[in-house]
Amino acid sequence: MTLHDQLPALLVAVPLFTAPIAYLLRAHGLPWAAAVAATVTAFIIACSLAATVYGGETIIYEMGGWPAPYGIVLHIDALSALIAMLVTGSSAAALIFGAKSLADEVGEEIAPSFFAAWILCTAGLTGMVITGDAFNIFVFMEISSLSTYILVSAGPDRRALVATYRYIIMGTIGATFYLIGVGFLYMATGSLNTVDIAARVGDVTEVRLLLVAAGFITVGMALKAAVFPLHSWMPNAYTFAPNVVTVFIAAASAKVSLYVLMRIDYAIFYKNIPNHELQLALLLIPMGILALFAGSMLAIYEKNLKRLLAYSSVAQVGYIALGIAMASVSGLTAAIVHMFNHGLIKGGMFMAVACLALRYRTVNIANLAGAGRAMPWTMAAFVIGGLGLIGVPLTPGFISKWYLVLGAMEKGWLGAVLVAAILLSSLLAVIYVWKVVEVAYFKEPRANATPVEGEAPLVMLIPTWIVVLAGLWIAIDSSLPVTMATLGAETLLGAR
Amino acid sequence: MELLGLYNYFVFAVLLMVGLYCILARTNIIKSLIGLSIFQGAVFLLYISMDKIDGGTGPIILEGAPADTIYANPLPQVLILTAIVVGISTTALGLAVAVRIREAYGTIEEDKIQEMDREQ
Repeated sequence: MTLHDQLPALLVAVPLFTAPIAYLLRAHGLPWAAAVAATVTAFIIACSLAATVYGGETIIYEMGGWPAPYGIVLHIDALSALIAMLVTGSSAAALIFGAKSLADEVGEEIAPSFFAAWILCTAGLTGMVITGDAFNIFVFMEISSLSTYILVSAGPDRRALVATYRYIIMGTIGATFYLIGVGFLYMATGSLNTVDIAARVGDVTEVRLLLVAAGFITVGMALKAAVFPLHSWMPNAYTFAPNVVTVFIAAASAKVSLYVLMRIDYAIFYKNIPNHELQLALLLIPMGILALFAGSMLAIYEKNLKRLLAYSSVAQVGYIALGIAMASVSGLTAAIVHMFNHGLIKGGMFMAVACLALRYRTVNIANLAGAGRAMPWTMAAFVIGGLGLIGVPLTPGFISKWYLVLGAMEKGWLGAVLVAAILLSSLLAVIYVWKVVEVAYFKEPRANATPVEGEAPLVMLIPTWIVVLAGLWIAIDSSLPVTMATLGAETLLGAR
Repeated sequence: MELLGLYNYFVFAVLLMVGLYCILARTNIIKSLIGLSIFQGAVFLLYISMDKIDGGTGPIILEGAPADTIYANPLPQVLILTAIVVGISTTALGLAVAVRIREAYGTIEEDKIQEMDREQ
């Protein structure tokens, strides 16, 4: 047993055990340092695991040496390693980026508990991604949700509290639905290990029981992932959370719920419920198309920059839902690649928003007039992100939309409708991104407005640009997410 | 008889709906949180019911018990112990948020809060 064999457990254990330590550190800046150390370590571990599974193998780690299905196993393949990289990477990047912004928004006295919650949230999300046990997913889900509620409630505006309360209600309903679904699955198969359930579920004669389980799990996860029309908690939670928290949860947390939805639906139900492909398509394709248009339209009319980006996330989740519903290798590849790319794009954009908020003290679009000249680097990062949302070539968004359109082309007339919807909603994205660009670059600031101090501090600008450049690099050489996503899609469909 | 055997599951479904209705229909934050607790409590009942085996006894191995003793399934009980802990933490967090909402707004009625936010 070398250290390398223990990496899967350490990926969750390192952040989990750093959280109480961070809570106990009362000196200025130390909780933040502990959080950075834990998340960066987790990110390095995730990268090393990703390198191991890049060729297509799967790591099975038995917790405490108990073999499956009796013990809990950690199950790491290309798909989970990719999402684990996204979660830990965005957590670490947001923390490193956010020291100054957080000092501005989150009071010194709550810093220890805030950072402890942050680390726990990272641990919960990575746990959900790598565990191979259906009930364990629920436990990690609640660890991450409870800590996300705390993070959101730390927002400076009192409306953050109401947003948190709504999020608690909707999040708990979603998680409880998932729990009910797992209960029915356990009744049907007598097992909780996802691989073992998948093996046993073929013998179940009561298809209705499985259908009910699939329904509860799918709707529960769609609720947590804010798939339209179950997105009501999301815009306010993103808007009123501290800016840096929004960077993290927008990049990572909804993606993890989509990952669980994908994993459970394809590993367990896809092969064992007759016509499940059709059922999934009937649910997710209308929801996805509605999300594309409703999200984009709401974004077009929105006056608050953070909420605009949140509505844009509703639309972008729609693309992922469409990819999941296609039930083909190219569709799933598109969904997985877009989970990763959208994390990069939105993370970078919310970082730019945090920079703007630090200087302008507001995120109302109308007040950002002249930002293009006052903060050229920040706005440039924002615009590159915006181009990614639209899906312009040479941005990461183009890669995922390309695969999505390829997947849609395989579907005949339905595919033609989907392609049209995708193109049309990309045009809507042009409108809402342009709205911000127009104000920032072409409007003169009001005469009575106090001039801003100038560009955001380098400690924030450099991480923002690292994320933006990483996105551009992915756009030029997309082999990393695409290879892993293809492997993941093939695993999900049982082609490997 | 079969219907009567499913008694627990009917109660589960009814409680689930009572909880959900309570969450959706009430604008008072505390009452919504009570609904949420009922909603979660229903799931506890679902899990507890599924571990019962006809003629089964408590899952504790005693010396001298006959070899063919049937035991109830202990696993769902353990699972739901975890879920109860999660439920308590959620309720506690929700109540803590309610206290802070009361401090910030002076009310815990959602419609009044919405009005105050609109005026802002």
